[in-house]
Amino acid sequence: MSDTHHNAHSKGYDNDQSPYTHPDIHTHHDEAAGVTTRKKIWQVFWILFILTAIEFVIAFTVPRGAFRNITYILMTLVKAFYIVGTFMHLKDEVKSLIMTILIPLTFVLWLILALLIEGGFYGKGWFLGL
Amino acid sequence: MAQTATIPKSLWDGGRKPFKATYGKLMMWFFLMSDAFTFSTLLAVYGVIRFASGTPWANPELVFTHFPGLYELFHIEAPLAFVGLMTFILIASSVTMVLAVEAGHRMDQKAVEKYMLWTILGGVAFLSCQAYEWYHFIIGTHGAHHIAGAIHLLDGTVAQFMPGDGGLQIMNGVDHLGVNLMAPENTALFQQLVPAASLLPDGSVNPEVIISGANLTVNQYAQNPSFANLFFFITGFHGTHVASGVFLNYLIYKWTKNGELQRRGHYEMVEKVGLYWHFVDLVWVFVFTFFYLV
Repeated sequence: MSDTHHNAHSKGYDNDQSPYTHPDIHTHHDEAAGVTTRKKIWQVFWILFILTAIEFVIAFTVPRGAFRNITYILMTLVKAFYIVGTFMHLKDEVKSLIMTILIPLTFVLWLILALLIEGGFYGKGWFLGL
Repeated sequence: MAQTATIPKSLWDGGRKPFKATYGKLMMWFFLMSDAFTFSTLLAVYGVIRFASGTPWANPELVFTHFPGLYELFHIEAPLAFVGLMTFILIASSVTMVLAVEAGHRMDQKAVEKYMLWTILGGVAFLSCQAYEWYHFIIGTHGAHHIAGAIHLLDGTVAQFMPGDGGLQIMNGVDHLGVNLMAPENTALFQQLVPAASLLPDGSVNPEVIISGANLTVNQYAQNPSFANLFFFITGFHGTHVASGVFLNYLIYKWTKNGELQRRGHYEMVEKVGLYWHFVDLVWVFVFTFFYLV
């Protein structure tokens, strides 16, 4: 009995008909769609590359301080947006999944902010200004 | 057997996928979200210790100055250049990973193999770079242009000094009470704090007492040992992620190469491991900003 059960399962997986993989969800695309996707990928690569290069220029030209740090953080968030949105395809997921991932992370932003403010209170550093 | 036809279509009997995503991809997203919490907490701890430390923190431009070849052959320092290269390598390997995912959507086995190999190469290159960086972080920068080393002062403070013929030129010389030892009015106090054994008769620093590089209790880059501890833990934890990513990428490459994924009729495994690999790149973008730039 249990043997039959086991066989049925493994057979299901081999044929990719297991209940865990829904045929509708597999995203196949043709060569034409591939050209568009690849163009977008390389576009994002150049955006990430140029942003990182600008961060380097800032490191050696802009004096340390709140302005520089805020600029860095904003540029990092832009890079994160492109990595998560395009490379991880989160932009292509349904809105409820996007929100499920992003909303909990806003609490992390608050944690970081709160800890940095506390740290600045106990020490001599001042918030975002090093 | 046409099991697709028997899948119930109602919302409550497992007929519809939550979020229109497969089980594996959804669980990967949830895992990555929890991992994002872990890394956020680590970086937040870095921030709070740095802000609360009260003594000058290490300046990354003066710490990460070695570039392979340039340093060994010509003694040229290239601040942040090597870590920039590491960032580039990881972004490039993220690109080849997403190209592998794209090739999988076209069921192009050869292209998936090719891009997975490039991704693995990028991961191995990144880990090698990290090994080089750790090595120089640990052994320190003898005779470098910026920080030659550090010495203990009598009050337990670690004071960095610069190389040169001027003897002991203290930089970041703030002791644990927050007294700026570099200020001219504190010269006398500073002289008292330097242990007699630390200086040779000609006024130069005794090589035997120099703190060089970093370990878990003291480092030449900052007063606070937490700087080195956090460097080891955060970049180490990220490096562990890269290493397991390389292993997973290798598995995917193997399953592509032997036709396993082609037989399944889809390359979703590439997508799932791809999510993990992009996440590792994403974390590095944040580590790069908060550890090396800010």
